[in-house]
Amino acid sequence: MNLTLRIWRQPNADAEGQMVTYQVADVSGDMSFLEMLDILNEDLILRGEEPVAFDHDCREGICGSCGMVINGQAHGPERTTACQLHMRHFADGDVIDIEPWRAGAFPVVKDLVVDRSAFDRIIQAGGYITAPTGTAPDAHAVPVPKPDADTAFENATCIGCGACVAACPNGSAMLFTSAKINHLNVLPQGQPERESRVLNMITTMDEAGFGGCTNTGECAAACPKGIPLASIAKMNREFLRATRKAGR
Amino acid sequence: MATTGVIMLLFLIVHMAGNLKIFFGPTDFNGYAHWLRTIGEPALHYSWYLWIQRVVLLGCLVAHVVSAIQLTHRDIHARPQRYRSKRPWRATFATNTMRYGGVIIALFVVWHILDLTVGAVNPRGEAGHPYQNVVADFQVWWIGLIYVVAMLALCLHIYHGFWSAAQTLGANNAARNVAFKTIATILALVITVGFLSVPVAVMTGLVS
Repeated sequence: MNLTLRIWRQPNADAEGQMVTYQVADVSGDMSFLEMLDILNEDLILRGEEPVAFDHDCREGICGSCGMVINGQAHGPERTTACQLHMRHFADGDVIDIEPWRAGAFPVVKDLVVDRSAFDRIIQAGGYITAPTGTAPDAHAVPVPKPDADTAFENATCIGCGACVAACPNGSAMLFTSAKINHLNVLPQGQPERESRVLNMITTMDEAGFGGCTNTGECAAACPKGIPLASIAKMNREFLRATRKAGR
Repeated sequence: MATTGVIMLLFLIVHMAGNLKIFFGPTDFNGYAHWLRTIGEPALHYSWYLWIQRVVLLGCLVAHVVSAIQLTHRDIHARPQRYRSKRPWRATFATNTMRYGGVIIALFVVWHILDLTVGAVNPRGEAGHPYQNVVADFQVWWIGLIYVVAMLALCLHIYHGFWSAAQTLGANNAARNVAFKTIATILALVITVGFLSVPVAVMTGLVS
Protein backbone atom coordinates (compact mmCIF):
# COMPACT_ATOMS: atom_id res chain seq x y z
CA MET A 1 0.00 0.00 0.00
CA ASN A 2 1.06 3.60 -0.52
CA LEU A 3 0.79 6.02 2.36
CA THR A 4 1.13 9.71 3.04
CA LEU A 5 2.81 10.48 6.38
CA ARG A 6 2.73 13.80 8.14
CA ILE A 7 5.51 13.62 10.71
CA TRP A 8 6.57 16.09 13.40
CA ARG A 9 10.12 17.19 12.56
CA GLN A 10 12.09 19.11 15.16
CA PRO A 11 15.92 19.19 14.84
CA ASN A 12 16.53 19.70 18.56
CA ALA A 13 14.90 20.64 21.83
CA ASP A 14 15.17 24.38 21.25
CA ALA A 15 14.12 24.47 17.60
CA GLU A 16 10.61 25.17 16.35
CA GLY A 17 9.06 22.00 14.99
CA GLN A 18 6.60 21.44 12.18
CA MET A 19 4.65 18.70 10.44
CA VAL A 20 6.43 17.52 7.28
CA THR A 21 4.72 15.38 4.62
CA TYR A 22 6.38 12.23 3.22
CA GLN A 23 5.26 9.52 0.81
CA VAL A 24 5.98 5.85 1.51
CA ALA A 25 5.41 3.30 -1.25
CA ASP A 26 4.96 -0.48 -1.25
CA VAL A 27 4.18 -0.90 2.44
CA SER A 28 3.22 -4.47 3.35
CA GLY A 29 0.40 -5.13 5.80
CA ASP A 30 2.70 -7.49 7.72
CA MET A 31 5.14 -4.70 8.54
CA SER A 32 5.05 -3.17 11.98
CA PHE A 33 4.58 0.58 12.22
CA LEU A 34 8.26 1.01 13.12
CA GLU A 35 9.36 -1.13 10.16
CA MET A 36 7.33 1.18 7.95
CA LEU A 37 9.26 4.11 9.45
CA ASP A 38 12.52 2.19 8.84
CA ILE A 39 11.61 2.02 5.13
CA LEU A 40 10.98 5.77 5.14
CA ASN A 41 14.29 6.42 6.91
CA GLU A 42 16.29 4.25 4.49
CA ASP A 43 14.74 6.24 1.70
CA LEU A 44 15.56 9.54 3.44
CA ILE A 45 19.20 8.46 4.00
CA LEU A 46 19.56 7.49 0.32
CA ARG A 47 18.25 10.90 -0.63
CA GLY A 48 20.76 12.52 1.73
CA GLU A 49 18.11 13.80 4.13
CA GLU A 50 18.00 13.54 7.91
CA PRO A 51 16.16 10.35 8.99
CA VAL A 52 13.20 10.62 11.40
CA ALA A 53 14.39 10.05 14.97
CA PHE A 54 12.20 7.78 17.11
CA ASP A 55 12.79 5.73 20.25
CA HIS A 56 12.69 1.94 19.96
CA ASP A 57 14.42 -1.03 21.51
CA CYS A 58 12.91 -4.51 21.91
CA ARG A 59 10.20 -4.19 19.24
CA GLU A 60 8.31 -6.89 21.15
CA GLY A 61 6.00 -4.58 23.09
CA ILE A 62 7.71 -5.18 26.44
CA CYS A 63 10.38 -2.50 26.86
CA GLY A 64 8.30 0.68 26.69
CA SER A 65 10.83 2.56 24.56
CA CYS A 66 8.75 3.26 21.50
CA GLY A 67 5.86 5.62 21.62
CA MET A 68 4.29 8.08 19.23
CA VAL A 69 0.91 9.59 18.74
CA ILE A 70 -0.56 8.17 15.54
CA ASN A 71 -3.60 9.97 14.17
CA GLY A 72 -4.19 11.56 17.56
CA GLN A 73 -4.02 8.27 19.46
CA ALA A 74 -1.12 7.17 21.65
CA HIS A 75 0.43 4.08 19.98
CA GLY A 76 -2.20 4.31 17.23
CA PRO A 77 -5.59 2.71 16.69
CA GLU A 78 -4.84 -0.67 18.30
CA ARG A 79 -4.38 -1.23 22.01
CA THR A 80 -0.71 -2.11 21.80
CA THR A 81 2.67 -0.45 21.46
CA ALA A 82 3.69 1.24 18.19
CA CYS A 83 6.17 -1.56 17.51
CA GLN A 84 3.41 -4.17 17.72
CA LEU A 85 1.00 -2.15 15.62
CA HIS A 86 0.84 -3.66 12.15
CA MET A 87 0.23 -1.82 8.91
CA ARG A 88 -2.74 -4.06 8.09
CA HIS A 89 -4.76 -1.73 10.31
CA PHE A 90 -4.27 0.98 7.68
CA ALA A 91 -5.52 1.19 4.12
CA ASP A 92 -3.91 2.17 0.83
CA GLY A 93 -3.91 5.94 0.37
CA ASP A 94 -4.28 6.71 4.09
CA VAL A 95 -2.85 9.94 5.48
CA ILE A 96 -1.23 9.24 8.85
CA ASP A 97 -0.27 11.95 11.35
CA ILE A 98 2.67 11.05 13.58
CA GLU A 99 3.57 13.23 16.56
CA PRO A 100 5.68 12.85 19.69
CA TRP A 101 4.14 12.49 23.18
CA ARG A 102 3.16 16.03 24.10
CA ALA A 103 3.58 17.05 27.74
CA GLY A 104 5.50 19.78 29.51
CA ALA A 105 7.21 17.08 31.58
CA PHE A 106 8.23 15.22 28.38
CA PRO A 107 10.20 17.79 26.36
CA VAL A 108 10.93 16.84 22.76
CA VAL A 109 14.59 15.90 22.25
CA LYS A 110 14.37 15.42 18.48
CA ASP A 111 11.51 14.62 16.08
CA LEU A 112 9.49 11.88 17.82
CA VAL A 113 11.92 11.34 20.70
CA VAL A 114 10.93 12.82 24.05
CA ASP A 115 12.82 12.98 27.33
CA ARG A 116 10.97 10.72 29.78
CA SER A 117 13.39 11.11 32.68
CA ALA A 118 10.50 12.59 34.70
CA PHE A 119 9.29 8.97 35.00
CA ASP A 120 12.73 7.91 36.22
CA ARG A 121 12.59 10.57 38.93
CA ILE A 122 9.19 9.27 40.06
CA ILE A 123 10.62 5.74 40.28
CA GLN A 124 13.67 7.00 42.19
CA ALA A 125 11.37 8.63 44.72
CA GLY A 126 9.83 5.32 45.85
CA GLY A 127 9.81 2.59 43.22
CA TYR A 128 12.05 0.30 45.27
CA ILE A 129 11.93 -1.99 48.29
CA THR A 130 14.30 -2.48 51.19
CA ALA A 131 15.91 -5.89 50.83
CA PRO A 132 18.84 -7.47 52.65
CA THR A 133 21.90 -8.13 50.53
CA GLY A 134 23.46 -11.56 50.39
CA THR A 135 22.06 -14.78 49.04
CA ALA A 136 18.62 -14.69 47.47
CA PRO A 137 15.89 -15.75 49.92
CA ASP A 138 13.74 -18.81 49.27
CA ALA A 139 11.05 -18.03 46.73
CA HIS A 140 8.33 -19.26 49.10
CA ALA A 141 9.71 -17.67 52.26
CA VAL A 142 7.21 -14.80 52.16
CA PRO A 143 3.61 -15.87 51.56
CA VAL A 144 1.60 -13.53 49.32
CA PRO A 145 -2.21 -13.90 49.19
CA LYS A 146 -3.40 -14.70 45.67
CA PRO A 147 -5.58 -11.56 45.21
CA ASP A 148 -2.64 -9.36 46.29
CA ALA A 149 -0.30 -11.17 43.94
CA ASP A 150 -2.80 -10.64 41.10
CA THR A 151 -3.14 -6.91 41.85
CA ALA A 152 0.63 -6.50 42.11
CA PHE A 153 1.17 -8.34 38.86
CA GLU A 154 -1.55 -6.44 37.01
CA ASN A 155 0.10 -3.15 38.00
CA ALA A 156 3.64 -4.46 37.47
CA THR A 157 2.91 -5.00 33.78
CA CYS A 158 3.32 -1.23 33.28
CA ILE A 159 6.25 -0.73 30.89
CA GLY A 160 6.50 3.02 31.55
CA CYS A 161 6.01 3.97 27.90
CA GLY A 162 4.16 7.20 28.77
CA ALA A 163 1.08 6.58 26.59
CA CYS A 164 -1.11 7.46 29.60
CA VAL A 165 0.43 10.94 29.79
CA ALA A 166 0.23 11.36 26.01
CA ALA A 167 -3.43 10.33 25.86
CA CYS A 168 -4.58 12.30 28.92
CA PRO A 169 -6.18 15.62 27.95
CA ASN A 170 -4.51 17.04 31.08
CA GLY A 171 -1.08 15.46 30.57
CA SER A 172 -1.42 13.66 33.90
CA ALA A 173 0.87 10.82 34.99
CA MET A 174 -1.54 9.39 37.56
CA LEU A 175 -1.95 6.00 35.83
CA PHE A 176 1.80 5.38 35.58
CA THR A 177 2.46 6.51 39.15
CA SER A 178 -0.47 4.51 40.53
CA ALA A 179 0.69 1.35 38.74
CA LYS A 180 4.17 1.67 40.23
CA ILE A 181 2.87 2.45 43.73
CA ASN A 182 0.24 -0.30 43.80
CA HIS A 183 2.66 -2.88 42.44
CA LEU A 184 4.85 -2.58 45.53
CA ASN A 185 2.34 -1.38 48.12
CA VAL A 186 0.21 -4.55 48.03
CA LEU A 187 3.17 -6.89 48.48
CA PRO A 188 4.66 -7.79 51.87
CA GLN A 189 8.11 -6.82 50.53
CA GLY A 190 6.85 -3.29 49.91
CA GLN A 191 5.46 -2.65 53.40
CA PRO A 192 8.42 -0.84 55.04
CA GLU A 193 8.08 2.06 52.56
CA ARG A 194 4.32 1.82 52.09
CA GLU A 195 3.55 5.37 53.28
CA SER A 196 6.74 7.16 52.22
CA ARG A 197 6.47 5.58 48.76
CA VAL A 198 3.08 7.03 47.93
CA LEU A 199 3.85 10.44 49.45
CA ASN A 200 7.26 10.82 47.79
CA MET A 201 6.25 9.48 44.39
CA ILE A 202 3.19 11.73 44.20
CA THR A 203 5.21 14.76 45.30
CA THR A 204 7.82 14.03 42.64
CA MET A 205 5.08 13.52 40.04
CA ASP A 206 3.57 16.90 40.89
CA GLU A 207 6.96 18.63 40.86
CA ALA A 208 7.69 17.23 37.38
CA GLY A 209 4.84 19.36 36.02
CA PHE A 210 2.34 16.67 35.08
CA GLY A 211 -1.32 17.69 35.04
CA GLY A 212 -4.02 16.66 37.48
CA CYS A 213 -6.48 13.82 37.03
CA THR A 214 -10.05 14.67 36.01
CA ASN A 215 -11.09 11.01 35.64
CA THR A 216 -11.60 11.09 31.88
CA GLY A 217 -10.30 7.52 31.53
CA GLU A 218 -8.30 8.31 28.38
CA CYS A 219 -5.14 6.90 30.01
CA ALA A 220 -6.56 3.45 30.74
CA ALA A 221 -8.09 3.32 27.24
CA ALA A 222 -4.69 4.04 25.66
CA CYS A 223 -2.55 1.85 27.96
CA PRO A 224 -0.99 -0.96 25.90
CA LYS A 225 -0.75 -3.08 29.05
CA GLY A 226 -4.32 -2.59 30.21
CA ILE A 227 -3.59 -0.94 33.58
CA PRO A 228 -7.12 -0.27 34.86
CA LEU A 229 -8.46 3.13 35.91
CA ALA A 230 -9.19 1.56 39.31
CA SER A 231 -5.44 1.72 39.96
CA ILE A 232 -5.74 5.50 40.32
CA ALA A 233 -8.52 5.11 42.90
CA LYS A 234 -6.33 2.65 44.79
CA MET A 235 -3.41 5.08 44.75
CA ASN A 236 -5.72 7.83 46.08
CA ARG A 237 -6.77 5.48 48.89
CA GLU A 238 -3.12 4.77 49.71
CA PHE A 239 -2.40 8.51 49.63
CA LEU A 240 -5.21 9.31 52.08
CA ARG A 241 -4.04 6.50 54.35
CA ALA A 242 -0.42 7.72 54.25
CA THR A 243 -1.49 11.32 54.90
CA ARG A 244 -3.50 10.22 57.95
CA LYS A 245 -0.58 8.18 59.27
CA ALA A 246 1.91 10.99 58.63
CA GLY A 247 -0.28 13.33 60.68
CA ARG A 248 0.05 11.14 63.77
CA MET B 1 -13.44 18.96 44.61
CA ALA B 2 -14.74 15.55 45.61
CA THR B 3 -15.48 16.40 49.26
CA THR B 4 -17.17 19.72 48.54
CA GLY B 5 -19.05 18.14 45.63
CA VAL B 6 -20.44 15.40 47.85
CA ILE B 7 -21.59 17.93 50.48
CA MET B 8 -23.36 20.03 47.83
CA LEU B 9 -24.86 16.86 46.35
CA LEU B 10 -26.35 15.94 49.75
CA PHE B 11 -27.89 19.42 49.92
CA LEU B 12 -29.33 19.02 46.42
CA ILE B 13 -31.06 15.78 47.36
CA VAL B 14 -32.76 17.46 50.34
CA HIS B 15 -33.53 20.60 48.31
CA MET B 16 -35.10 18.54 45.51
CA ALA B 17 -37.22 16.51 47.92
CA GLY B 18 -38.40 19.71 49.63
CA ASN B 19 -39.37 21.25 46.29
CA LEU B 20 -41.82 18.40 45.67
CA LYS B 21 -43.92 19.84 48.52
CA ILE B 22 -45.27 22.24 45.90
CA PHE B 23 -47.55 19.47 44.63
CA PHE B 24 -49.42 19.55 47.96
CA GLY B 25 -50.56 23.13 47.43
CA PRO B 26 -49.67 26.65 48.61
CA THR B 27 -50.40 26.10 52.32
CA ASP B 28 -48.12 23.05 52.55
CA PHE B 29 -45.34 24.58 50.48
CA ASN B 30 -45.30 27.96 52.21
CA GLY B 31 -45.61 26.20 55.57
CA TYR B 32 -42.60 24.04 54.67
CA ALA B 33 -40.60 27.14 53.71
CA HIS B 34 -41.51 28.71 57.04
CA TRP B 35 -40.59 25.54 58.93
CA LEU B 36 -37.09 25.61 57.33
CA ARG B 37 -36.52 28.86 59.20
CA THR B 38 -37.54 27.36 62.52
CA ILE B 39 -35.13 24.37 62.38
CA GLY B 40 -33.06 24.17 65.54
CA GLU B 41 -35.38 26.34 67.63
CA PRO B 42 -35.25 27.03 70.48
CA ALA B 43 -31.49 26.33 70.58
CA LEU B 44 -31.07 28.42 67.44
CA HIS B 45 -32.91 31.63 66.70
CA TYR B 46 -35.30 32.09 63.77
CA SER B 47 -33.59 31.27 60.40
CA TRP B 48 -30.19 30.77 62.04
CA TYR B 49 -30.04 27.23 60.74
CA LEU B 50 -30.59 28.47 57.17
CA TRP B 51 -27.76 30.97 57.57
CA ILE B 52 -25.43 28.27 58.90
CA GLN B 53 -26.32 26.12 55.90
CA ARG B 54 -25.77 29.03 53.52
CA VAL B 55 -22.32 29.72 54.95
CA VAL B 56 -21.33 26.04 54.68
CA LEU B 57 -22.63 25.79 51.11
CA LEU B 58 -20.95 29.02 50.07
CA GLY B 59 -17.68 27.74 51.55
CA CYS B 60 -18.09 24.50 49.59
CA LEU B 61 -18.90 26.36 46.40
CA VAL B 62 -15.89 28.66 46.70
CA ALA B 63 -13.55 25.75 47.51
CA HIS B 64 -15.03 23.73 44.63
CA VAL B 65 -14.57 26.54 42.10
CA VAL B 66 -11.09 27.47 43.34
CA SER B 67 -9.99 23.81 43.07
CA ALA B 68 -11.47 23.62 39.57
CA ILE B 69 -9.59 26.74 38.49
CA GLN B 70 -6.33 25.50 40.01
CA LEU B 71 -6.77 22.10 38.36
CA THR B 72 -7.56 23.63 34.96
CA HIS B 73 -4.61 26.00 35.24
CA ARG B 74 -2.31 23.13 36.07
CA ASP B 75 -3.68 20.93 33.29
CA ILE B 76 -3.23 23.62 30.65
CA HIS B 77 0.38 24.14 31.71
CA ALA B 78 1.04 20.40 31.65
CA ARG B 79 0.67 20.42 27.84
CA PRO B 80 2.17 23.64 26.47
CA GLN B 81 2.33 22.23 22.89
CA ARG B 82 -1.04 21.04 21.59
CA TYR B 83 -1.44 18.04 19.31
CA ARG B 84 -1.72 18.97 15.65
CA SER B 85 -3.96 16.05 14.76
CA LYS B 86 -7.49 15.75 16.06
CA ARG B 87 -7.70 13.28 18.93
CA PRO B 88 -10.65 10.94 19.01
CA TRP B 89 -12.40 11.29 22.38
CA ARG B 90 -13.32 8.14 24.20
CA ALA B 91 -14.66 9.88 27.32
CA THR B 92 -18.36 10.62 27.66
CA PHE B 93 -20.02 13.92 26.79
CA ALA B 94 -20.59 14.53 30.52
CA THR B 95 -16.87 14.12 31.27
CA ASN B 96 -15.77 16.44 28.47
CA THR B 97 -18.19 19.20 29.41
CA MET B 98 -17.60 19.34 33.18
CA ARG B 99 -15.92 22.76 33.02
CA TYR B 100 -18.57 24.36 30.79
CA GLY B 101 -21.39 22.73 32.78
CA GLY B 102 -19.80 24.01 35.97
CA VAL B 103 -19.81 27.58 34.65
CA ILE B 104 -23.47 27.28 33.62
CA ILE B 105 -24.37 25.96 37.08
CA ALA B 106 -22.40 28.73 38.85
CA LEU B 107 -24.18 31.43 36.81
CA PHE B 108 -27.48 29.70 37.51
CA VAL B 109 -26.84 29.69 41.27
CA VAL B 110 -26.44 33.49 41.16
CA TRP B 111 -29.66 33.84 39.14
CA HIS B 112 -31.52 31.40 41.38
CA ILE B 113 -30.59 33.28 44.57
CA LEU B 114 -31.58 36.64 43.02
CA ASP B 115 -34.78 35.04 41.80
CA LEU B 116 -36.21 32.90 44.59
CA THR B 117 -34.15 33.76 47.68
CA VAL B 118 -33.79 37.54 47.37
CA GLY B 119 -36.66 37.96 44.93
CA ALA B 120 -34.93 40.77 43.03
CA VAL B 121 -35.43 39.32 39.54
CA ASN B 122 -38.63 37.42 40.34
CA PRO B 123 -41.75 38.66 38.47
CA ARG B 124 -43.59 38.73 41.82
CA GLY B 125 -40.82 38.59 44.40
CA GLU B 126 -42.91 38.70 47.55
CA ALA B 127 -41.11 37.45 50.66
CA GLY B 128 -42.92 34.75 52.61
CA HIS B 129 -44.90 33.57 49.57
CA PRO B 130 -42.52 31.15 47.82
CA TYR B 131 -45.36 29.17 46.21
CA GLN B 132 -46.75 32.26 44.44
CA ASN B 133 -43.23 33.40 43.48
CA VAL B 134 -42.45 30.01 41.92
CA VAL B 135 -45.68 30.00 39.93
CA ALA B 136 -45.08 33.58 38.77
CA ASP B 137 -41.58 32.53 37.66
CA PHE B 138 -42.44 29.66 35.41
CA GLN B 139 -45.35 31.41 33.72
CA VAL B 140 -42.59 33.34 31.90
CA TRP B 141 -41.23 30.99 29.23
CA TRP B 142 -37.61 32.17 29.21
CA ILE B 143 -37.25 31.85 32.98
CA GLY B 144 -38.45 28.27 32.63
CA LEU B 145 -35.85 27.76 29.90
CA ILE B 146 -33.05 29.00 32.19
CA TYR B 147 -34.04 26.41 34.77
CA VAL B 148 -34.32 23.58 32.23
CA VAL B 149 -30.87 24.32 30.74
CA ALA B 150 -29.27 24.61 34.18
CA MET B 151 -30.83 21.36 35.40
CA LEU B 152 -29.63 19.47 32.32
CA ALA B 153 -26.12 20.82 32.98
CA LEU B 154 -26.49 19.73 36.60
CA CYS B 155 -27.58 16.25 35.47
CA LEU B 156 -24.38 15.78 33.44
CA HIS B 157 -22.28 17.32 36.24
CA ILE B 158 -23.62 14.88 38.83
CA TYR B 159 -23.34 11.91 36.46
CA HIS B 160 -19.60 12.39 36.03
CA GLY B 161 -19.01 14.12 39.36
CA PHE B 162 -20.36 11.44 41.68
CA TRP B 163 -18.39 8.61 40.11
CA SER B 164 -15.36 10.88 39.82
CA ALA B 165 -15.57 11.68 43.54
CA ALA B 166 -15.59 7.95 44.28
CA GLN B 167 -12.36 7.67 42.26
CA THR B 168 -10.72 10.68 43.89
CA LEU B 169 -11.61 9.65 47.43
CA GLY B 170 -10.34 6.13 46.75
CA ALA B 171 -13.72 4.53 47.43
CA ASN B 172 -13.89 2.99 43.96
CA ASN B 173 -12.32 -0.28 42.87
CA ALA B 174 -12.84 -2.76 40.04
CA ALA B 175 -15.61 -4.60 41.89
CA ARG B 176 -17.55 -1.48 42.87
CA ASN B 177 -17.12 0.40 39.60
CA VAL B 178 -20.43 -0.67 38.06
CA ALA B 179 -22.24 0.08 41.33
CA PHE B 180 -20.82 3.61 41.52
CA LYS B 181 -21.67 4.29 37.87
CA THR B 182 -25.21 3.03 38.45
CA ILE B 183 -25.68 5.15 41.58
CA ALA B 184 -24.30 8.17 39.67
CA THR B 185 -26.83 7.61 36.87
CA ILE B 186 -29.74 7.16 39.28
CA LEU B 187 -28.75 10.21 41.35
CA ALA B 188 -28.35 12.38 38.26
CA LEU B 189 -31.71 11.31 36.85
CA VAL B 190 -33.69 11.46 40.10
CA ILE B 191 -32.35 14.91 41.03
CA THR B 192 -32.90 16.32 37.54
CA VAL B 193 -36.39 14.87 37.10
CA GLY B 194 -37.30 15.99 40.64
CA PHE B 195 -36.14 19.57 40.07
CA LEU B 196 -37.60 19.80 36.57
CA SER B 197 -41.00 18.51 37.67
CA VAL B 198 -41.73 21.90 39.28
CA PRO B 199 -41.27 24.20 36.25
CA VAL B 200 -42.87 21.60 33.98
CA ALA B 201 -45.87 21.35 36.31
CA VAL B 202 -46.29 25.13 36.34
CA MET B 203 -45.84 25.45 32.59
CA THR B 204 -48.42 22.72 31.92
CA GLY B 205 -50.83 24.25 34.43
CA LEU B 206 -50.69 21.34 36.88
CA VAL B 207 -49.52 23.77 39.58
CA SER B 208 -51.03 27.27 39.47
